[in-house]
Amino acid sequence: MAETVVAPPLRVIPIIPELKPDAMKDVRSFVANEKIQTAIGFPGQLVDDWHDRAIGKMGELLEKYRSLKVYMDACVHCGACSDKCHYFIGTQDPKNMPVARQDLMRSVYRRYFTVAGKLFPKLVGARDLTRDVLDEWYTYFNQCSECRRCSVFCPYGIDTAEVTMAAREILDTVGYGQKYTNEIIGKVHSIGNNLGLPGPALIDTLQGLEEDVKEDTGVDVRFPIDVQGAEVLLITPSADFFAEPHIDSLIGYAKVFHAAGISWTLSSKASEAGNFGLFIGNYDQLRKIALRIREAALELGVKRIIVGECGHAWRVAYSFWNTLTGIGAGAEDPFALQLQRQLDGRYRQPTHICEFTWDLIERDALRFDKSANDQYVVTFHDSCNVARGSRMGDLMGGQFEIPRNIIRAVANHFVEMPENTIREKTFCCGGGGGLLTDDLIDLRVKGALPRMEALQEVAQTHGVNFMATICAICKAQFSKVLPYYNFDRRVVGGVHQLVSNAILLGPKQ
Amino acid sequence: MPNIEVNGKSYETDEEGYLVNLADWNKDVADYIAKTENVAMSEQHWEVVDFLRGYYDEYQIAPAVRVLTKAIGKKLGPEKGNSQYLYELFPYGPAKQACKIAGLPKPTGCV
Repeated sequence: MAETVVAPPLRVIPIIPELKPDAMKDVRSFVANEKIQTAIGFPGQLVDDWHDRAIGKMGELLEKYRSLKVYMDACVHCGACSDKCHYFIGTQDPKNMPVARQDLMRSVYRRYFTVAGKLFPKLVGARDLTRDVLDEWYTYFNQCSECRRCSVFCPYGIDTAEVTMAAREILDTVGYGQKYTNEIIGKVHSIGNNLGLPGPALIDTLQGLEEDVKEDTGVDVRFPIDVQGAEVLLITPSADFFAEPHIDSLIGYAKVFHAAGISWTLSSKASEAGNFGLFIGNYDQLRKIALRIREAALELGVKRIIVGECGHAWRVAYSFWNTLTGIGAGAEDPFALQLQRQLDGRYRQPTHICEFTWDLIERDALRFDKSANDQYVVTFHDSCNVARGSRMGDLMGGQFEIPRNIIRAVANHFVEMPENTIREKTFCCGGGGGLLTDDLIDLRVKGALPRMEALQEVAQTHGVNFMATICAICKAQFSKVLPYYNFDRRVVGGVHQLVSNAILLGPKQ
Repeated sequence: MPNIEVNGKSYETDEEGYLVNLADWNKDVADYIAKTENVAMSEQHWEVVDFLRGYYDEYQIAPAVRVLTKAIGKKLGPEKGNSQYLYELFPYGPAKQACKIAGLPKPTGCV
């Protein structure tokens, strides 16, 4: 599989690419099998009455989410979004233009939910929901990473990701789920994290890290787990325990806690920040996964909840945890109220690890040897869910400034990639939204094109050799696709990896 | 489900060629899977595969890349105790490709 995938050439002038109709029609993510589907409460396979159930579900979602109905009605096909999608730019398949992808659903919406579409379908571009259309949904709604870059350019503010989420929700309802995402959701419930890392393996890994850090620094930095009464509960993606370069950021968090003298703990029950319920647009899963964190926080009696480097997890935490779980203020059930009383109201709940570290830096509580990162010329890749779905700190744009401030505090050389590829206009890594799977490697390599072009530019002009990011998906995706573009896979790493390199742990001189 | 056939015996795999039943694994099956991955198994490859299987027996998961590199480093010397060495052996990534050859389930999530 991997051998046949070739990266598209970098564009000399990044203009709208030539169209290649149906270029990606055969790139289909594996369908979830019966075991995976039924484990999380979806039908095991495509149900016989899929047509009626799909339309029924669509009607239900249109009622439940007024936004979806607005998005179905509001688009005027102005084309502003068409060339803003990394998957369209990389694959040249016109169905990967955001407007065209949405129209796969919009055309069905018109047929069943508008008067004109019911009476004169051909005149208004309305389509019956046939098996071919359903298959097309599966293919192309699994070629959208829900990054919402197109939405930034939409004059009507249509949130394309919400359309993709609705489509995936409908597909799951009729038994047509995606293997990668749904298998992982099952593992969160059965084992506690996306990786399927059982408690004993986690403990073994953490002990190994304590030894490593002791060997490197001579300091006893702890990686505590399930510690009753700790001040902070750290919720981080399970990839931080397993993969490279992720684990280097975990070491960074531990060093920051150590240097600040704040007691903290991980939880074996909630050993995962990620919440793939978001990717499939399923509220019940979104909530069920989020509630594990509340349970762990209540059991451990912590005062603060801090979230590690994970893009979509921070969106869920920042934007949805309040009403889902009562972390912050929102939900009003007895456990949510109990948690709101338990958490320390003087701190932002939840807090991003970057907010936490930056706050310490601002208070002059951490010391660094910036020269420890002198081998790097660093740039920062904004992760889509942080950039366009959340905030950090007290100022507008804090989610852009705070990670950059940290980098400037721990490294001497920092440069930005081109303006139209960063901050709220950042390009997706090409692996987000539930597409970080080997069966979509062709899509992932092509979808990385715009980011690789931007990286190439600063690598050439400024010698950039390290692209920092704060998302586990971005890290895994870039580690995999960088070599296709002739970069070393280690060019990507975490912000707290740089913190880890530079932080001084000894007593203040 | 697709199957692979080794020495006249059929083994069940998933869509991506990972063995479905852990107990099905043997060295011939590993060799076969390695060939489909364009990996020529050497003594160094077997050392990694054996370590993975031993770790899996104890923890029901493959080891973190760092745990693996450390173990290899202890055994074969520090110059081999790094992920670069593992990538040379298993170019598609030690976590996934080595697991596949070792007959272990694929690590999932953001890896």
